[in-house]
Amino acid sequence: MTFLVDLLAATLRNATPLVYGTVGETYAERSGVLNLGIEGTMYAGAFFGFAAAYASGSLLVGLGAALAVGLLAGALMGLLTVTLGANQHVSGIGLTIGLVGLSEFVNRLLFRGGELQRIEPFPLVEPPAFLGPLAPIFSQYALTYLAFLVLVPLAWWILRGTSFGLELRAVGENPEAADAAGISVARTRYLALMFGGALMGLGGAVFTLASLGSFTLDIIAGRGWVCIALVIFGRWRIGRGVIGALLFSAVYSLQLRLRILPGWGDVPFELLLALPYLVVILALAISGRNVAYPGAYLKPYRRT
Amino acid sequence: MPALVVIAVCLTLTLTAGPILLAGANPLDAYGEYLVVPLTSRYTFLEVLVASTPLLFTGAAVGIAFRAGYWNIGAEGQLLLGAVAAAGIGQVVGELPPLVTLPLMVAGGAVAGAGWALVPALLRVRFRIDEVVTTLLLNPVALLFVNGLLQGPWRDPVSGFPESPRIAAGAELPQLVERSRLHGGFVLAILIIVAAWYVLARTPAGLRLRAAGLSPHAARFAGIDVPRTLLRAALVSGAIAGIAGMSEVAGIQYRLTGGLSAGYGYTGIVVATLGALSMPGVMLAALFLGDLTVGASSAGRALAIPSQLGAVVQGTLLLVTIGLLAVRRNRLSRAVEPAAGEVAVAAEQVTGEELPAAATAIEEAGELEVDGWPEKDRPDPTGESGRPPAAGESNR
Repeated sequence: MTFLVDLLAATLRNATPLVYGTVGETYAERSGVLNLGIEGTMYAGAFFGFAAAYASGSLLVGLGAALAVGLLAGALMGLLTVTLGANQHVSGIGLTIGLVGLSEFVNRLLFRGGELQRIEPFPLVEPPAFLGPLAPIFSQYALTYLAFLVLVPLAWWILRGTSFGLELRAVGENPEAADAAGISVARTRYLALMFGGALMGLGGAVFTLASLGSFTLDIIAGRGWVCIALVIFGRWRIGRGVIGALLFSAVYSLQLRLRILPGWGDVPFELLLALPYLVVILALAISGRNVAYPGAYLKPYRRT
Repeated sequence: MPALVVIAVCLTLTLTAGPILLAGANPLDAYGEYLVVPLTSRYTFLEVLVASTPLLFTGAAVGIAFRAGYWNIGAEGQLLLGAVAAAGIGQVVGELPPLVTLPLMVAGGAVAGAGWALVPALLRVRFRIDEVVTTLLLNPVALLFVNGLLQGPWRDPVSGFPESPRIAAGAELPQLVERSRLHGGFVLAILIIVAAWYVLARTPAGLRLRAAGLSPHAARFAGIDVPRTLLRAALVSGAIAGIAGMSEVAGIQYRLTGGLSAGYGYTGIVVATLGALSMPGVMLAALFLGDLTVGASSAGRALAIPSQLGAVVQGTLLLVTIGLLAVRRNRLSRAVEPAAGEVAVAAEQVTGEELPAAATAIEEAGELEVDGWPEKDRPDPTGESGRPPAAGESNR
């Protein structure tokens, strides 16, 4: 029972950065842009969020910095893929290489080879006492509450229920028709990329400002690519993407716990960790031609 | 194209002056340290060739695939699988002579790399499933596979480190020059690039590959089996990336390690893009980035600029090049518009295609020169629903 409660708590905690990243990537892709810069954007959010919090002594300044870096990264992706119409995947890979490099470069400049710098991270929210044994589940970071209780419903509602969401989906499905209907394709895609980028930056900052309180190299460790997989796993829906993030996080948290139990040391947990990627590829293979990609996926739009 | 690359390099150096100033160094000194200093001493010059070796392989691998219009982002994973195969063969060959073991390891690396590329390629040609995502997602899987091997069955029993046991002496690539790390992999890479250049430029198979990349519709219309061409390009690309892994294992590390590849598969994308997807271009770009890699570490020592600036330069260079390419393409297709007006209208009515298809046709008639980037004619990953049948299909 304690094991289960503990596992559930860890699942929610570990899913938090994935939720930010997945929702952010969903926005980008629904507007018709595959943003492979997500890995680098999360990395830069993690580093610059930490650096700003360290320099200013305020975690909120750190969050703001992560958000701003994400916005800028999204805007840069927009400049390349929307304004210039450059190849989306090459742009995204370039963005990731550049942002990871820039973060590590500034890291070396600021904290020149010294000992690991630490900040006091966000505390866990104290759950009310009446929850009894279930209390650990609700002992989470404010960023986790923000993700599940505010961000996910809000992002879902914006996409489904507002005119901006409708425009975003229209631009991603059929930019010619959207343009003819008087929607600015470029403006909408920029907004989607910048909003998505800001969320990716926040997702990266969860690691440094909440979970760890420090920045280490390779801190994102491919979780941006996990988000890319989750978006497709969720078929570009916010809700299903979040469920995917929870499933991945449950498996991840479970293997972390099994690993330290006696008798489990020799199990190849790498196989478990590879599951989400393989499941996505398998799902794509099974649904085959019927995968409902956003209509304008990977296509730059230019007025003719 | 060469002019564009020169502009891209200059623009990148201007942009990266910011971080260099931030590090408290003079940008001009830093450029000297990055680009010139590595070429001035014997040891560092040979180190440039060592650093270029994996990039020659991955650049060629990515270049061939991109040229065919197959977006292989998975060279990193294919490289790792090639490394696993080479390390596996290298551990079991025992006393066999190098003339037997080395070809065996090259073949093993190639087969493993091609095998890792097979599933995404099949999904693409059979079901039109976008290969960008599938090839990309197999990279972390390959890394997990390597880590699983190193934490489990292949963990070095002597040291206990997560590294495989050392490969047999006969499985090591020969050293080319005394007192340097330059190994036979470099020669192999050059041979592969020359062979790839010959095939692409001078053989029917190469023509089919380029045609499929430039315009799949036109290629199909000309009777080319486009899916088969794509599948072959994908497998060749994976095989070359796999040999890159073999070369690193047998020439540098002599064992499988988790940190075997410093993102060489991704850097291959930079190399191929900068080299305009042509094999001579790939060769120059790989040497240039090798120079930059060695320069980045020497600048770290001489000027106290963190060597991570090398990655910043790489990323910026890729973004600037791809941006400039897009700008030029936009200008070109605008310039073509009046001349190709009638053709374009006709093409639009028949195929529902956008203008650049017509631009391509004109280019092939020799009136205009456009680089070999397949871009606008990318097949629709959504499948055929809601789309008028292409001319080639309705005529069959």
